[in-house]
Amino acid sequence: MNQSQTAHHVAPETLLDVNNLHVSYGKVEALSDIQLSLKEGQLVTVIGPNGAGKSTLLSAIMGLLPSTGDILFDGEHYTSPEIETLVGRGLGLVPEKRELFNTMSVQDNLLLGAFQRYRRGDKSYLQSLDEIYELFPRLQERSKQQAGTLSGGERQMLAIGRAMMGKPRLLMLDEPSLGLAPLITREIFRIFNDLRSKGVSILLVEQNARAALNVADYAYVLEGGKITIHGVASDLANDSRVIDAYLGLASKHQDILSN
Amino acid sequence: MKPRILIILVACVALLAPLVLPSFQITLLNYIGLYALVVLGLVLLTGVGGMTSFGQAAFVGLSAYTTTYLTTTAALPDWLSWTNGSPWFGLVFGLLLTAAIALILGALTLRLSGHYLPLGTIAWGISLYYFFGTMTSMGGHTGVSDIPPLTFFGLILDQGEEMFYVIWVILAAAMFITHNLLSSREGRAIRALKGGQLMAEAMGVNTFRSKMIAFVISALFAALSGWLYAHTQRFINPSPFGLHMGIDYLFMALIGGVSSVWGALLGAGTLTIMKQWLEDLLPLILGSDGQYESIVFGLLIVLLMQRSPSGLWPFLVKLTPSSWRSNNHLTIDDNAKTLDRRDLPARESLLLEAKDVTRRFGGLIANNKMNLSLHAGEILALIGPNGAGKSTMFNQLSAVDTPTEGEIIFRGKSLKGKNARQVAEMGMSRTFQHVKMLPTMSVLENVALGAHMRGQKGVISASLHLEREEEQRLLKEAKLQIERVGLGEYVFEEAGNLALGQQRLLEIARALCSDPCALLLDEPAAGLRFLEKQALAELLVKLRGEGLAILLVEHDMDFVMNLANRIVVMEFGELIAEGLPHEIQTNPAVLEAYLGGVE
Amino acid sequence: MNVQVAALLGQDGLTNGAIYALLSLSILLVFTVTRILLIPLGEFVTFGALTMAAIQTGKPLALEWLLATLMLIDIALDVYSRRDRTVSRKQYQMIALKAAYLAVVLFVTQTFTLSELPMLAQSILTLCLIVPMGPIMYRLFFQPLADAAPLVLLIVSIAVHVAMVGIGLLLFGPEGGHTKPFSNSMLQISNIFIKSQALWVIFSALFLILALFFAFERTLYGKALRAAAVNQVGARLLGISPVFAGKATFALAAFIGCASGILIAPITTLYYDSGFVISLKGFVGAIIGGLASYPIAAFGAVVVGLIEAFSMFWASSYKEIIVFTLIIPFLIWRSMKASHVEDE
Repeated sequence: MNQSQTAHHVAPETLLDVNNLHVSYGKVEALSDIQLSLKEGQLVTVIGPNGAGKSTLLSAIMGLLPSTGDILFDGEHYTSPEIETLVGRGLGLVPEKRELFNTMSVQDNLLLGAFQRYRRGDKSYLQSLDEIYELFPRLQERSKQQAGTLSGGERQMLAIGRAMMGKPRLLMLDEPSLGLAPLITREIFRIFNDLRSKGVSILLVEQNARAALNVADYAYVLEGGKITIHGVASDLANDSRVIDAYLGLASKHQDILSN
Repeated sequence: MKPRILIILVACVALLAPLVLPSFQITLLNYIGLYALVVLGLVLLTGVGGMTSFGQAAFVGLSAYTTTYLTTTAALPDWLSWTNGSPWFGLVFGLLLTAAIALILGALTLRLSGHYLPLGTIAWGISLYYFFGTMTSMGGHTGVSDIPPLTFFGLILDQGEEMFYVIWVILAAAMFITHNLLSSREGRAIRALKGGQLMAEAMGVNTFRSKMIAFVISALFAALSGWLYAHTQRFINPSPFGLHMGIDYLFMALIGGVSSVWGALLGAGTLTIMKQWLEDLLPLILGSDGQYESIVFGLLIVLLMQRSPSGLWPFLVKLTPSSWRSNNHLTIDDNAKTLDRRDLPARESLLLEAKDVTRRFGGLIANNKMNLSLHAGEILALIGPNGAGKSTMFNQLSAVDTPTEGEIIFRGKSLKGKNARQVAEMGMSRTFQHVKMLPTMSVLENVALGAHMRGQKGVISASLHLEREEEQRLLKEAKLQIERVGLGEYVFEEAGNLALGQQRLLEIARALCSDPCALLLDEPAAGLRFLEKQALAELLVKLRGEGLAILLVEHDMDFVMNLANRIVVMEFGELIAEGLPHEIQTNPAVLEAYLGGVE
Repeated sequence: MNVQVAALLGQDGLTNGAIYALLSLSILLVFTVTRILLIPLGEFVTFGALTMAAIQTGKPLALEWLLATLMLIDIALDVYSRRDRTVSRKQYQMIALKAAYLAVVLFVTQTFTLSELPMLAQSILTLCLIVPMGPIMYRLFFQPLADAAPLVLLIVSIAVHVAMVGIGLLLFGPEGGHTKPFSNSMLQISNIFIKSQALWVIFSALFLILALFFAFERTLYGKALRAAAVNQVGARLLGISPVFAGKATFALAAFIGCASGILIAPITTLYYDSGFVISLKGFVGAIIGGLASYPIAAFGAVVVGLIEAFSMFWASSYKEIIVFTLIIPFLIWRSMKASHVEDE
């Protein structure tokens, strides 16, 4: 299937390499000159305040949004990525809005996650279903229920499970903790650790910076559409600039306004 | 004003045409005029208002049959006998009947989503067509001949050349009326229907009424055309009023350019002449045995829609020198009387209050027992991480959404059962998180929409431009507010050309135009540059000084901390902190909400 | 009206109603997945019926050349759109498959005396000729308009209908087409006669509806189409592309339309331009179902068939008027329920 895999199999290889990525909405530039890379088996997080362009970044990498720049995924360059091709090559996205099939059952939602595998004739997808149920027993309890009736945490589990059914090599998650109570957030972050140990690379976009930095290997801080800080996650966790960016204490113009 | 020269030129050519052209060409021009009149209605309805009707041909037929019945029936029933076979009464009855049916059809379909009107009008068009065919008194499918010609002060208009003038004068008048209407308060409301209904309702526009106005006017234009048709042709049968003709009218509108008054004329002309050509030309090329024209015609339409979905007119406009296309066709009289302002409530009096508001969506609890209050002369900021339920709260405060439990009270009245329009009338105005404006309209007109509730003049005075004084007052107000938010140099610019930050300022100007006492702003600083933020902060401080109550949903902490009197913090749909800015910045619960507390 | 007449009218109503139900289901399917109101569905019906008629009367077919032209354009576009990319083996296979299909169909139509084939073979050949036109229609006319406004989609849909009616006249001529019934017998239950062709239609329609239901409930492809209708972004994220969904629904619609045509051709004489009114009755069913509910749409369509049959008896010249004004009560009902202002 994958011609590129044979070419270089020495770990850790670069799985995703984004260079010079720009996205504009009309005349407004939402992302400018983004450089970001992720190695096989890594968990990389992009953190930053609301409205910094984090979701836009994931959408652009996935091909949901038009962008310019160079995206290298699994050894292949894409200038304007085509979403179906990328999914077929092992890229998965759990979007911020989850985008579940609300009027369909939980099980159908999960099965559809394996649609591309099914189309290729990969018969092992039913086995993956069992694995997902093992990972999220709650989903098995509710397998016949309509997705629209689930609670916030269950919806998130379903969205992650659905993406996992595609056996992605790189899973991108957009604000998985959004609107979830701390206990559930902790549970979900624990699962990310599990996934990584199973060899799935993860690109995690989070507003919940502490939790993200705790679990990640490497981190980027996105502010106003630009990468302002990046480094090893444990280093950034204690970087006061990160806290300032979030709480508006980094004020460049506080003085001017209070005059 | 170069376009004016164009109009005079067209008028001169039209005046001379019957003197020089052979009568076959005049007949063709008459048809074009009759079609253009119907298509003009579609421009208003479909192009401007975004609603689709296949029933225009049926309206044409309804009026044509009405006047035919009144003018050809030998023994009219008693209650109609006084009309005495006069075509002019035929016109009156045709228009009345059409308006009545349009009102009924509109009431049935216009509240529904966009696909019901086209399907409903298809059904109506087919039914009426078959109905004409069953009317034995009107000759069934063979039709009626010997319809009397029009008479005008003793002048008998029974020649094609004479009717040419009648048709084209009426068409010109209809175009004039449409043009006037579109550049008025009512017209702006109709123009907002396409893609801006939520926003228009929040500005106090009754969108259902505006839809109805557009639908009835378009039906009346069709009726006018039908009356003219009956007395020009002086013979009718059901076939030109069938659904295929309803489809052709829509094709004409789209070919010409459905959003321009001139597109109607261009489309009617192009399609009529093209059909003529195809019928003459194709048999020569492809042999005479096949009916190729409908195939070629259908494929041409598909091609046009794929290449230029907005039709030929915008394409032609692009070819003209840019000086002809100035957006500045509006004039603002700075001496116009300023609009009256409402009395603002006393400073520090309670304006808006949420009492134990809970909102559930299925299994999700978006807001849980939320309480907050907003007073005149203060800026209150509502903040919280993504997904905390701020937008849900905002929607309930502005009556877009209704609480599952608890209630919202604005100026002493519960908002239960009230819609966005009624709340706007009570003095609340808002902006939107995702800017909602009409990108092809000028900044001035966009902002003037905000003043919709402050004008009273209706459709008739608008179409004759008898409301110019009020219109000037509205435009002056809009201009003042635009200048106030610092967009003074963009008054005549197309709103879509503004940068995102400027578009947000436009929304604030529009909200101010409605003379509110409470202003609800959804992320006003997002996308603004530093200097713009500073200017916005200054403006909000000034408004607070005037006694307005301002509620901000915002995530730019810098902006909020230095501006708000009080801050309310939400997480998981609940209020977790409330207080002065410096208290909030050191509150551990807030810190945890923003950075996360998971260890 | 006595019992015999009522039974006869009921039969007619149910037969037509079953066809309308099939059509309204495909209209709904296409609409929910692609937001296109498929006006040219009726032309698949007439093409199906008239092709069968032409085959049975031994008239020379011309339809295969239309198919050939369309498929060649399609293949040419395949090649053109891949001009600056490397063409994978799968795409080559796809192109070869299309070309082979075309060759086989042309071979069959040119070598056999079609009128002597068994009726089942004739039906299958008719389906093979017409069904591929569905996805090609989507690709040529609608795929370039994926982001277009609803009005533009509607206009293109109608323009395609206009062109197809013209093509129908060219291919089949102005004469009506009528085919042999699948079987000629009459069933008699006490004193009520039942035409066996009516049973054929009703049971085939029922079978097709059940097959559709099964496909959408039980197969992953069916579920994928449902998913594309429920949430397009979600579907894309799983690799269910809108183009795949569009082509698949158009193929299904073409199949159902063509099959309906084959089924009713022995009962009704169809002309090249009969398709429009037939598909509109399917639309009446779809409107009754609120452009969303499959069972209500199917039920509504059967009611349309019955009302049509009975109004034939009581007020034949007002038949069409009665059928099309049937939507009014449903519009009133929906209008009362609608409250919110929505942006399109």
